[in-house]
Amino acid sequence: MNVLNQWAFIGVFFLLAPLLPALPIVLGGVFAPRKPNAIKQATYECGVETVGDTWVQFKVQYYVYGLIFLVFDVEMVLLFPWAMAYRDLDFFAFGAGFLFVFLLTDALFYALGKDALKWD
Amino acid sequence: MVIGGITPEAFAFGLFTILTLGGALGVALNRNLVRGAVWLIVSLFGMAGLFVLLSAPFLAAVQVLVYIGAIGILITFAVMLTRSMTNLRERFTNQWWMSAIVAGLFFLFLLLGVVAPVWGSLSPDQAPAIVGTTEQLGVSFVDGNQFVLPFEVVSLLLTAAIIGAIVIARHQEEEE
Amino acid sequence: MDCINNLSLCLRHSGVDAGLAEFVSIFLGVVLVATFPLLVTILLIWVERKFAARIQDRIGPNRVGPFGLLQPLADVVKLLTKENITPTGADRPIYNLAPPFMVAAVLLIWAVIPLSPIHYGVDLEIGALYFVAVASIGTLSVLMAGWASNNKYALLGAFRVVALLISYEVPLALALIVPVMLANSMSMVGITEAQWGMWFVFMAPIAAFLFFIGSQAETGRAPFDLIEAESELTAGFNTEYSGMKFAMFFAGEFMHVFTNGVLMAVLFTGGWIGPFVGELPLIGLVWLMAKASVWYIIALWVRNTLPRLRIDQVMLFNWQFLVPLSIVNLLVTAFLLQVIKMAGLTPADPGNFVQNIPQTLVLLVGNLVEFGGVLIMLRNRGRRERIADAAKGLSAPVHAVGD
Repeated sequence: MNVLNQWAFIGVFFLLAPLLPALPIVLGGVFAPRKPNAIKQATYECGVETVGDTWVQFKVQYYVYGLIFLVFDVEMVLLFPWAMAYRDLDFFAFGAGFLFVFLLTDALFYALGKDALKWD
Repeated sequence: MVIGGITPEAFAFGLFTILTLGGALGVALNRNLVRGAVWLIVSLFGMAGLFVLLSAPFLAAVQVLVYIGAIGILITFAVMLTRSMTNLRERFTNQWWMSAIVAGLFFLFLLLGVVAPVWGSLSPDQAPAIVGTTEQLGVSFVDGNQFVLPFEVVSLLLTAAIIGAIVIARHQEEEE
Repeated sequence: MDCINNLSLCLRHSGVDAGLAEFVSIFLGVVLVATFPLLVTILLIWVERKFAARIQDRIGPNRVGPFGLLQPLADVVKLLTKENITPTGADRPIYNLAPPFMVAAVLLIWAVIPLSPIHYGVDLEIGALYFVAVASIGTLSVLMAGWASNNKYALLGAFRVVALLISYEVPLALALIVPVMLANSMSMVGITEAQWGMWFVFMAPIAAFLFFIGSQAETGRAPFDLIEAESELTAGFNTEYSGMKFAMFFAGEFMHVFTNGVLMAVLFTGGWIGPFVGELPLIGLVWLMAKASVWYIIALWVRNTLPRLRIDQVMLFNWQFLVPLSIVNLLVTAFLLQVIKMAGLTPADPGNFVQNIPQTLVLLVGNLVEFGGVLIMLRNRGRRERIADAAKGLSAPVHAVGD
């Protein structure tokens, strides 16, 4: 089995994976009754009429979480190949990995110290 | 393995190119920012497919993980921070002729700078087979003679990014 | 995968065009791998309801079929005949795409899971990374669903959940690096086969613990079920969904919990490894499912007994405790592996149980020391907080507790 065939499998999987769950939804569309009316389709807010716009402005906190997640994501991505080759590597590799992680942990503690990751 | 005269690779390449370019067009032409973000994700996904075809499965996974999983979400968060841009009914005016000219110029520079020097010197036969290279990548990250310095510098850069983000966010909160 | 190759070969011998034969065999392979978890999910609905009922001292479904076993089918029929209500002002294309993508994100994980020594979708070189990458698609579909619904609660719920999901992805992935390091391979097949001698849960219990908590949070279940904090957010990001689309979110969740069990089994308790696997490869599937079920039941147990945490507690628990712990754990394991190598304790034959004992002992003791350190730190912190609270007069001084 060559490598490209593996990816062909993944490719077909990606095409098929959303279609399988879509099937019952389409079936439901066939069997389900369809009697729309304005009140039924109104936005559900526990029976109270909606006030104002849905798409409100969010606080900057979410963006900070997003950014920190992005940074750790990149870190993880770079650590995976390191971990994969790790058992063939020497102490120098441990040192390099340690320094890499240490610098980022620094940033994490800075964020914690500034209460940037606190939800309020 | 050939179906109807088109190799699966060629078919996949066509599909991913359409996804990439179509997604990019969607971003450029859509007047709603969140829908634009969704189109951007489509485009980035096409890029991930192209990485697989270029025998870089690791980069493809990184593309999905970092660009689709993290940056896609980050962009949506950023959009939600800007009031009224997310509203489905509201449209933002985009001076797209200006952007088109600037983007076109950039593309031209890219063609001249990156593609022109190697144009014609590569033939399809030279394309390397798709092989596993991730372990070599890991070794080269921590090899003193290869990329250990860039590896650590990346870490420093990421640290700077976190600190910068926090400083800016706190500054904004104080202004409110 | 051997099966796929054999099928392709068989088709070719029966005179089918080579390309077509390959395509057909790959397609059938995908259908097989993708429908398996979907079928399991139907049974899981019953298991889940029955188990929750027993914990809550109820009987649970018992009317349809023996022991209520046919209840899921009745559920499906009911859901099929429920009206699909699309709220006015929803962004229809995105609104409709979100539920199938939620399920797809979980289904895609199964492509790399080794079900038995010879039955698996694909053996990707970057399997572990593929899992993390694919899981992030689920996060996106939550965001899509919340945004497209045109409902404040849905949007607010989606935002909270996404913040939670991306936060817990960090310790999850950092814990995942540990088995990759131990197996010296990112492929799921490689990780399974590296556990012939010793399960990784004995070498890296803390990583297993972190991965379990992270995956529990990724499914958005109690104690992390901010997804549907009913009292605050109506029903969270899926408030405006009904009928089969709503059901798909739940099918995705049920499947996700079981998939996490399977992942725990593959990464930490040896996957399909068990007696008689050599003679009869298909029995590996039984071992895998048995191990996965144990983890699955633990997940259900946690879900049904722990109360929901507040979002600020959840976030703080992650960033102040889980992320630092996962980083420390990663570095400790990396250090110990080098020590093991220097001391010459690396087993000559990784598949031999006895030869694996020395390095397992070193790693286990390392993990225990780490765990002890964490406990001491938590104890000191708790005491500091109690003293601070007492100083503020928030509660009576508590000399008796912990001292």
